[in-house]
Amino acid sequence: MSSLFTAEEASRLLQAAIDGEMPDDRGRFGPFGGRYVPETLVPAFERLEAGVREHLHDAAFQKEFQRELREWVGRPTALTFAAQLSKAWGAEVWIKREDLAHTGAHKINNAIGQALLAKRLGAKRVIAETGAGQHGVASAAACARVGLPCSVYMGAVDMERQAPNVDRMQRLGAEVVAVESGDKTLRAAIDEALRAWVTDPDGIYYLLGSAVGAHPYPYLVRELQAVIGKEARQQMLDQAGALPDVAFACVGGGSNAIGLFYPLLGDDIELIGVEAGGTGDGLGQNAATLATGTPGVLQGSYTIILQDDDGQVQETHSISAGLDYSGVGPEHALLQAVGRVQYISARDDEALEALEELCATEGILTALETSHAYAAARDYAKRNPGKRILIGNSGRGDKDMPTLTQYPPRTRRHDST
Amino acid sequence: MTAHEKLSAAIRAANEAGRTALVPFITAGYPEPKDFVATLKDVASVGDVVELGIPFSDPMADGMTIQRSSFEALRKGVSLKWIFDQLDSLGGEIDTPLVMMSYLNPLLAFGYDKLAKRALSAGVCGFIVPDLPFEESHELRTALEAKGIGLIQLVTPATPDSRLKTLCDASRGFVYAVTITGITGGESGLPSDLAAYLDKVVSIANIPVCAGFGIREAGDVAAVGKHAAGAIVGSALVEVLEKGGDAKQFLAALRP
Repeated sequence: MSSLFTAEEASRLLQAAIDGEMPDDRGRFGPFGGRYVPETLVPAFERLEAGVREHLHDAAFQKEFQRELREWVGRPTALTFAAQLSKAWGAEVWIKREDLAHTGAHKINNAIGQALLAKRLGAKRVIAETGAGQHGVASAAACARVGLPCSVYMGAVDMERQAPNVDRMQRLGAEVVAVESGDKTLRAAIDEALRAWVTDPDGIYYLLGSAVGAHPYPYLVRELQAVIGKEARQQMLDQAGALPDVAFACVGGGSNAIGLFYPLLGDDIELIGVEAGGTGDGLGQNAATLATGTPGVLQGSYTIILQDDDGQVQETHSISAGLDYSGVGPEHALLQAVGRVQYISARDDEALEALEELCATEGILTALETSHAYAAARDYAKRNPGKRILIGNSGRGDKDMPTLTQYPPRTRRHDST
Repeated sequence: MTAHEKLSAAIRAANEAGRTALVPFITAGYPEPKDFVATLKDVASVGDVVELGIPFSDPMADGMTIQRSSFEALRKGVSLKWIFDQLDSLGGEIDTPLVMMSYLNPLLAFGYDKLAKRALSAGVCGFIVPDLPFEESHELRTALEAKGIGLIQLVTPATPDSRLKTLCDASRGFVYAVTITGITGGESGLPSDLAAYLDKVVSIANIPVCAGFGIREAGDVAAVGKHAAGAIVGSALVEVLEKGGDAKQFLAALRP
C-alpha cells in the first residue's frame, strides 16, 4: 500500500492528518472515505453533517458531553501500570483502562456523544448496529439516559455468542432486532440498520458505533473517541514521566484504535493496530482487512476491504465478534498508506493465550477483541526488550463468557497447592 | 443515436404507441444461471427496457427478495464478467435496450474503462448504481459517457427540490423516480401523494421518468403510468421467477 503515494505525498498527507485537516470538505482522508449512500439518505447525511458542524465543537454541547463523560461514564478512566506483566515480558507495560468506563468498553464515549447529538437534532428514535454487543449496550444505555427510544440491529450469529449483552440491551429498554440476512454478523447488521434508516430518514438518528461508514461518521466517531488518547497521553506523562515508545490497540472497524492513536500521531511513538488473524491466512479465515485487503467501497466508504476479484465482499472469521468485520475505517486506511501506523494481526489462539495471561498476572479479564492487542504487544516485547509499551484496553471480557467457557483455562494456579 | 439515447427513445416509442413503458428487472442468473439467456429473452420480448441486476454481497438498498436472489446468484458463481460473456453470446439477438443495476464495488473492481467498453458491445445502454450519489459519480460518469452510455440518477420523495433539478439534469436515458421512502420489495403499496411527486419530477426532467419500487400489479403500473413514462417492476417479477412462474405471462398481464 505504501506504493500508493510518493514519499512527499505521504508526508504531506500525514502532516495534514496531524494538523487536524482530515477529513477534507468531501469527507476524504486522502483518497479514502467519502460518502457512498443511497439517494434517499443523502439529505439525512447532509443534515447530520451540518448538525455535527454546528454542535460538536460548540461550547454548550461540549459542556454537556464532558459532564456526561465525567459524571455518568466515569472518566477519566485509569492508566494502570502492569507490574507483573512488565516483569514477564521484560518491558514497561501501561494499560489504558477503557474496560472501567460505564457499560464496560470505550463504546460508551461515542454512544453518549451521539445520543446527545441526536437529541439536539430532534431525532424521534435511534437505531444502532452491534457486533460484540458492546456498542448495542452502550447505545441502549445512552438512549435511556437522554430519553430516546432505541432499536439495535444485531446479527443472529452474534446474538448467540454474545447472549448476555442481548439481555442487557433489552433491560436497558432497547429493542434488539435479529438480523438473519447476509453473514448474520456485524456487516449484515450495518446493512440492515441502513435499510431501516432508509424507511424514515427524517425521524431516525443512526448511531453508528465505529469509525467506519460514510462521512461524517468516521470523523464524528474519532472526535468522540479521541478522549482515550488525550487522557492516556497526559497520564503517561504524569504517571510514567514519559510518553510510551509504542502503543497497541485492536482494530475491527477501528474506533478505539483511532481514539487512542489520533492524539498521538504527532509524537515520536510507534503505533501498531492489531487485527483479527482468525484461524489462518486464507480468505475467510480471518478479519485482517488492512493486512490482506484491497481498496473498495463498502457501506458508504472507500477504504480497504476484504473482497474477491469480482468486488464481492468476503465473509470473515474471528473469535471476537467485535473484530469480525470485512472493512476498516478510512482513516486507518490512510494511516497505513502513509506508513504512520503499522497494522498486524494476532490469531484466535494467540488472543486466548494473552487473555489468560492478563487474568493471571494483573487480575483483569479483558475482552477477546482487546486480547489481540496484548498478543501482539507480547510478541513485540519479546523482540524489543525494555520498551515502554502502552496498550489500549478497549473493553472488559465479561460479555465473552459464553465463548470462553468453550476454552477452559489452562492455568489453574491453585490446583497444585 | 448514443446508447443512452436509445433508452429514452424506447420509452418514448412505448408512450407514442399509447403504452406506459414497462421496465422489468431481473437478478442476472437467478434462480438458475443456465436459464439466464432464456429468461432474458422472455422478459425482453415484453419489456421496453430491461434492467439487469448484478448480484452483490451487500445489497443495502434492497429488501428480502432481491437480497435473496443476489446471494443465491453469487453462490452459483454469477459475476459481472460471466454476465457480459452471456450477453456477448447473444450476438445482438435482443434489441431491447438493457440497463445494469449494480452497487458500486463490483464496477470498481471490474475497472471503469473496461466496463464501458464491454457494456457498449453487450448492448447495455445505462447503469443504475444505488450507492453512488451524484457527488461521488464523476469518475464513473466520465468513463461511461465516453462510450455514450448513461448513468441513470435516482430521485426519491426525500430529495429536496433544489437537488431534484441537479439530479434530473445529470441523468441520462431516463430518470429513476423511487416511489417510496424505503427499500425495494416493500409490501405497503404506493403512497397516496405519489401523483404530485411524479408530476413534479416529470416537470423538471428533460428526459423520460420511470417510476420504481413497490410496483407489483397492473393497477400499480396504470397508477404510475398516468404521471410517469415508465414503470419498473423488480421484486414482484423476481418472486414469479423464483416460484418457477411464467415471466412473460406475468409481464403481459401488467400491461394496461
